[in-house]
Amino acid sequence: MATVTFDGATRIYPGTERPAVDKLNLHIEDGEFLVLVGPSGCGKSTSLRMLAGLEEVNEGRIMIGDRDVTDVQPKDRDIAMVFQNYALYPHMTVADNMGFALKIAGMHKEEIRKRVEEAAKILDLSEYLGRKPKALSGGQRQRVAMGRAIVRQPRVFLMDEPLSNLDAKLRVSTRTQIASLQRRLGVTTVYVTHDQTEALTMGDRIAVLKDGLLQQVGTPLEQYDKPSNVFVASFIGSPAMNLGTFPVVGAAAKVGDSELPLTRATIAAITPEDDGKVTIGFRPESLDLVDAGTAGAIAVEVDIVEELGSDAFAYGVIPNLDPTASLQSPQVIVRTDPRAVPKKGAVTHVAIREGEQHVFSAATGERLPN
Amino acid sequence: MAFNITAAAPDPALLDLPWDLPLEQWPADVVAALPRGISRHVVRFVKLSGRVLAVKEIAPRAAHHEYRMLRALSGLDVPAVTPVGVVAGRTDRSGDPLDAALITQHLQFSLPYRALFANTLVPDTASRLLDALVALLVRLHLGGFYWGDVSLSNTLFRRDAAAFAAYLVDAETGELHAELTEGQRLYDVDLARTNIIGELMDLEAGNRLEPDTDPVAVGDDLLARYLRLWAALTEEETVFGNAKWQVAARIGELNRLGFDVGELSMVGDETGTALKIQPKVVEPGHHARRLLRLTGLNVQENQARRLLNDMDAHRHELGLQDESEEFAAHDWVAHVFEPTIKAIPADLRGKLEPAQIFHEVQEHRWFMSQQEGRYVPIAEAVQHYVDQVLRHRRDEASLIGVDTLSLPPVPDLPAPPP
Ligand SMILES: Nc1ncnc2c1ncn2[C@@H]1O[C@H](COP(=O)(O)OP(=O)(O)OP(=O)(O)O)[C@@H](O)[C@H]1O
Ligand SMILES: Nc1ncnc2c1ncn2[C@@H]1O[C@H](COP(=O)(O)OP(=O)(O)O)[C@@H](O)[C@H]1O
Ligand SMILES: [Mg+2]
Ligand SMILES: [Mg+2]
Repeated sequence: MATVTFDGATRIYPGTERPAVDKLNLHIEDGEFLVLVGPSGCGKSTSLRMLAGLEEVNEGRIMIGDRDVTDVQPKDRDIAMVFQNYALYPHMTVADNMGFALKIAGMHKEEIRKRVEEAAKILDLSEYLGRKPKALSGGQRQRVAMGRAIVRQPRVFLMDEPLSNLDAKLRVSTRTQIASLQRRLGVTTVYVTHDQTEALTMGDRIAVLKDGLLQQVGTPLEQYDKPSNVFVASFIGSPAMNLGTFPVVGAAAKVGDSELPLTRATIAAITPEDDGKVTIGFRPESLDLVDAGTAGAIAVEVDIVEELGSDAFAYGVIPNLDPTASLQSPQVIVRTDPRAVPKKGAVTHVAIREGEQHVFSAATGERLPN
Repeated sequence: MAFNITAAAPDPALLDLPWDLPLEQWPADVVAALPRGISRHVVRFVKLSGRVLAVKEIAPRAAHHEYRMLRALSGLDVPAVTPVGVVAGRTDRSGDPLDAALITQHLQFSLPYRALFANTLVPDTASRLLDALVALLVRLHLGGFYWGDVSLSNTLFRRDAAAFAAYLVDAETGELHAELTEGQRLYDVDLARTNIIGELMDLEAGNRLEPDTDPVAVGDDLLARYLRLWAALTEEETVFGNAKWQVAARIGELNRLGFDVGELSMVGDETGTALKIQPKVVEPGHHARRLLRLTGLNVQENQARRLLNDMDAHRHELGLQDESEEFAAHDWVAHVFEPTIKAIPADLRGKLEPAQIFHEVQEHRWFMSQQEGRYVPIAEAVQHYVDQVLRHRRDEASLIGVDTLSLPPVPDLPAPPP
């Protein structure tokens, strides 16, 4: 097992100018489950492939443990790419299917048996080791394939969108299974996905990428509670955070008819480039329905109400917005108690819960202190 | 998503297939029994509008990806199965969704490797399959294609004179790049090595492998052969002395390997005593193209070699050396090739490709001549070959009886312990 370090790792594809991955600095702890997440084309797969040795590193280096592997061939890196298409061989026993790669490597029979038995235990396959794949269920076969990777005892597992070909229901159950298996094995794992829900539910930490640049690394909670910029704020969380840019009047941001007070630290961090504006963010689930008279209450004209049983979501617009204000999405989303849903067409008032208001620079999108 | 078909040239008859049934349940009157390799997805063959199609049930995203990859490969002119289309948005009779289907054209005369091992006793089968696979892999890599799942199961083989020609059949994990890195190429070869050793060990476990074949040695050999061919096709070489002769020698060597040189870079050093030469563009099919140009016959590379050799022999035999090559070729087609093929009874012609039959007749004639210690005329050899060999051959355009193991591609990892 090992740590993984991207040290200023850069990949520029031939014939392109902008790096697909730009000076990536990322340290992954031993045994950690790290998820690389971001929209399509942001450089996730390229990062993973650099770690695997499949993509050249044009600048910087990559370490596995204390070893600089930047120029090491993939097969000599002691990594395993999991969920590749592992075929099962019909005439070989389950034990041989799991252990044959070790046999090729010239490993001693005893050692192979030991490893196969260990892996079988973890995978709940002990009693099937002497059988042929034909006698197994689909799920058991898949586990045998997984066992092929496990018996090699690689220092790092790499997974690139392993669930992308499954239907929605299977995706959900499989992702918890992968996460729990990884925790039992304790092998450092780097996992790529474009799906932020998958990232939030699986990763010990998440690294968010955009345009080849690392945006933020942190636990799911850190990413959710303290997004470091507008991109992360809008990418993490579902439904997405409400985000808008509003004029600053005195010590408050003017959002429609209401004024949201800003702290002294926030005000002090505003620069001339911000042009007298700030970007405010609040999650649909950070809102409480309040009376019109409450301080900081924002009016919302409700267009649509979506009731999902356990929750309800109201979609609406903020009336009387300043002409210089702009919303990232024209509709504001409010999550409410399904027993107290605002009526379609009504004007309701919401307040952002204490400590759940996010403020970003209007010019740079970076988080401002509060 | 609503039912939809993606296809470059859609055949309306596709709509007649029972898309509302899981592929595994397609009735016997729709399905053609042909041999298949090992696969995790369900694959079936169907006869439609006079051709045979292969249908693979697979997740929609993967189906579309594989379709795109196969289209790109046909654009690159790399031997691979030809994509026909993707059927997605399928539902069963109670309205529940079914996986998508990738449709490809069944590659005629192709043999999955298990069928070859199930029947041939020819020594060295493994080694000859390997040569074909290495040639395919190098071509794919030259074109910027990373396969990601190289194996004997994911390759189809066709007889190519005494050798085999390999075709890619499973592009599910493929990626097309402008150019591959060394890491990508060598990783692909390493995957190939592991998979092939596994596949041969499996044949061994089923008592189907020639007893003196060592799977690990075959796998190691793959790497060595790949590296040799890659170097011959791409390596820069510094030559001194008679540069003209050495450049010609390098080109000759590439031709011998079956490649034409589309572009060769030659750079002199400052002192003017050395020249660096490096092939920049190489195109496979040197002999096949030459034969096509001379005769209009479109055959595989090794078959072309065979026919060209025979044509040369014919030219010498008849003293046509002074005639143009085109004239000699024309004479050979009219007086040797066509009469041989026409001498095969029509009902037996579908068993093998014509060029392959020609090759086998020539081999047969050589053996007969050796055995009988006399010159056996071609007409006699054809007759003997038809009666003694071809009639007893199974029909390779539609060979039956090799089982496929289908494994559902459904990940199901263990639940966490309580
Ligand atoms: N167009 C075709 N012509 C002839 N045979 C074909 C064709 N398509 C598929 N086959 C046969 O079906 C088998 C399985 O196909 P394929 O490899 O695409 O399935 P798969 O489930 O994706 O395999 P894997 O488990 O390797 O991912 C092949 O080995 C081949 O023998
Ligand atoms: N082989 C390649 N050649 C050129 N550009 C590439 C190649 N692979 C990826 N890219 C480009 O690099 C960027 C990052 O791609 P990728 O790492 O695949 O992103 P992701 O996995 O996040 O979707 C994209 O702009 C993509 O178009
Ligand atoms: Mg396959
Ligand atoms: Mg496949």
